[in-house]
Amino acid sequence: MWAMTLKEFRQLRRDRRMVALMIVMPLVLLIVFGYAASFDVTEIRTLVVGEGAGTIAGRLPEVFAVDQVRPGDDRADAERALRDGEAQVAVVAEGRQPAVLVDGAQLFAAKSALAALAQARGSASGPSAAAGGPGTEAVAPSIDVLFNPDLKTSVIMVPGLIGIVLVFVGTIVTSLGVVKERQAGTLEQLAVMPLRPRDVVAGKVLPYFAVAALDMTLIVTAGLLLFDVPFRGSVATFVLAAALFLLVTLGVGVLISTVSENQGQAVMLAFMTVLPQILLSGLIFPVEAMAAGVRWIAYLLPLKYFIDVARGVLVRGTATGALLLPLGMLALLGVTVFTLAVLRFRHDVAPRTHRGGGELPDERPLAGAAATPGRQPGDGPGPGRGTTP
Amino acid sequence: MSAGVSDLEVRYGRHRAVAGVSFRAPARAVTALVGGDGAGKTSVLRALVGAVRPAAGTVSAPEAGRVGYVSTGPGIWLDLTVGEHLQFTAAAYGLGHDWRGRAGPLLERTGLAPARDRLAGRLSGGMRQKLALACALLPEPELLVLDEATTGVDPLSRAELWRLLAQAAAGGAAVVLATTYLDEAERAAALVVLDRGRQLAAGSPEQLVAATPGAILEARDRPGGVRAWRLGRRWRVWSPDGVELPGAARVPTRLEDAIIVATLAAAGRRAA
Repeated sequence: MWAMTLKEFRQLRRDRRMVALMIVMPLVLLIVFGYAASFDVTEIRTLVVGEGAGTIAGRLPEVFAVDQVRPGDDRADAERALRDGEAQVAVVAEGRQPAVLVDGAQLFAAKSALAALAQARGSASGPSAAAGGPGTEAVAPSIDVLFNPDLKTSVIMVPGLIGIVLVFVGTIVTSLGVVKERQAGTLEQLAVMPLRPRDVVAGKVLPYFAVAALDMTLIVTAGLLLFDVPFRGSVATFVLAAALFLLVTLGVGVLISTVSENQGQAVMLAFMTVLPQILLSGLIFPVEAMAAGVRWIAYLLPLKYFIDVARGVLVRGTATGALLLPLGMLALLGVTVFTLAVLRFRHDVAPRTHRGGGELPDERPLAGAAATPGRQPGDGPGPGRGTTP
Repeated sequence: MSAGVSDLEVRYGRHRAVAGVSFRAPARAVTALVGGDGAGKTSVLRALVGAVRPAAGTVSAPEAGRVGYVSTGPGIWLDLTVGEHLQFTAAAYGLGHDWRGRAGPLLERTGLAPARDRLAGRLSGGMRQKLALACALLPEPELLVLDEATTGVDPLSRAELWRLLAQAAAGGAAVVLATTYLDEAERAAALVVLDRGRQLAAGSPEQLVAATPGAILEARDRPGGVRAWRLGRRWRVWSPDGVELPGAARVPTRLEDAIIVATLAAAGRRAA
């Protein structure tokens, strides 16, 4: 048995990446996720509108972080602000009874808001409220949960899960497909064939793109039908975001395959990129509830931006103009990652990069050689391929 | 056109796999790279087909569309059928619609016709080699490069593969192959002997035999203290100065002797 253990340890030691993944990654993951794992939203971005905005803004419970006060705006403006994600809660201070509008698409912020309001209402009906002067604050505000009035988890989870499915198809399946080619030695065959490197890369990635796109259509349809997820916004915006997001995930898949020697390494690496996306992108834990030390990671993850767009477009019906930031980030990440991936993959399939003359040995021709002279340097580009470093 | 390399050096990172290799592979002939494991045969072939960039020296070869390559793998897709391989190869080489006309006879000659719809993963080792060769031959290349295409193939299939190579050469192709089988090397018009990444000798089998220094002796028992190797039930002995030994008689030099002597002489030079 010891011989077997020793052999296994020796093999394990040679696979340094695996050792790193086994020892370092769990520690990093635990620390990062430990700080990220929080459902408690302690600051709710709040907008106050209406003629009484100035007064009300100062009297809200602490959890409401009032960052915008617009006395000139009305309820319609407040609803639009929520729809476009400018605030999580809007207080409309008009008439006798103020109204609190809560964005139901941000589940945990909404729940925190409702809890804080209930608590305030409870204390308002107590003795301290009775001592208050004749003001509007004695009147309990009306509460409206918009977009997801029942605060159903599925309504906000399904758009995020669409992203997760795309990450799996895009990253894991793509990286496996390319690594398989490398392991079988067929990548070299492709490199030698008269195929343009960009055609090899595009031809390799396109089927996965198509499958992932089909997959996405299926799960969006299933989500809409089975879980009553609304689709309130622009289909074109959603399709654009999905295409950009796919570009990133496929690019990550190709990138992983270029640094992996076998399918095992590819799966491990792909998993390491998928796990943070699941836990840190705001899919499960709200980004604003994360400790500041790890929150920045969320802003590097493509899934965060896809989820921003998906929840905005599907659940809230956010206008495209208000989604330019996440769309732009997806485009930036997509172009960066995909360019890197293509360059690295190109390196694999196009070792022969320069053309020129090649001079063959004339001094020792082989016997039986009906030798014709080799191409001379300076022949210029021609059908022949010579390599001169 | 002929293909070849001049003063070729191939590196993988800091490891120098091949240095100072020069040979010309003429059209209508088979050129064989011979040498033991790690001699650098594969690296030379990879440089010749453009799968690796030389660190130094020059490579001359037809454009990629005129090169057929069978790698050691042998670089086939296990989850594609025989027919799909030919179809993909035809498309990659831009053969147009008349590829079917070429593929039919090729499948017949390689004996793959009954297995046209079979997955490559379900073919035997020898049939996979034949499939790889069929794909390499389909575009009727000017340069056909094969890396140990007959290793692990049964003797009958080896003979069939060689018949295909001979046909390709007769059709005008320059055929370059790497082999560890010296009986195959004997059939080549020209040989390049490699050892530890260096070129030891080059020439026709006759030239290599003629250029062997000293004499080859044959003995019934292993002579002590001299360089000797087995051939069948007898021992072959290299006598560098041509002096006969007791119990060992001088015999005509064979190609195998010439290649072994070249390797032994190189080892002697390294030791000196």
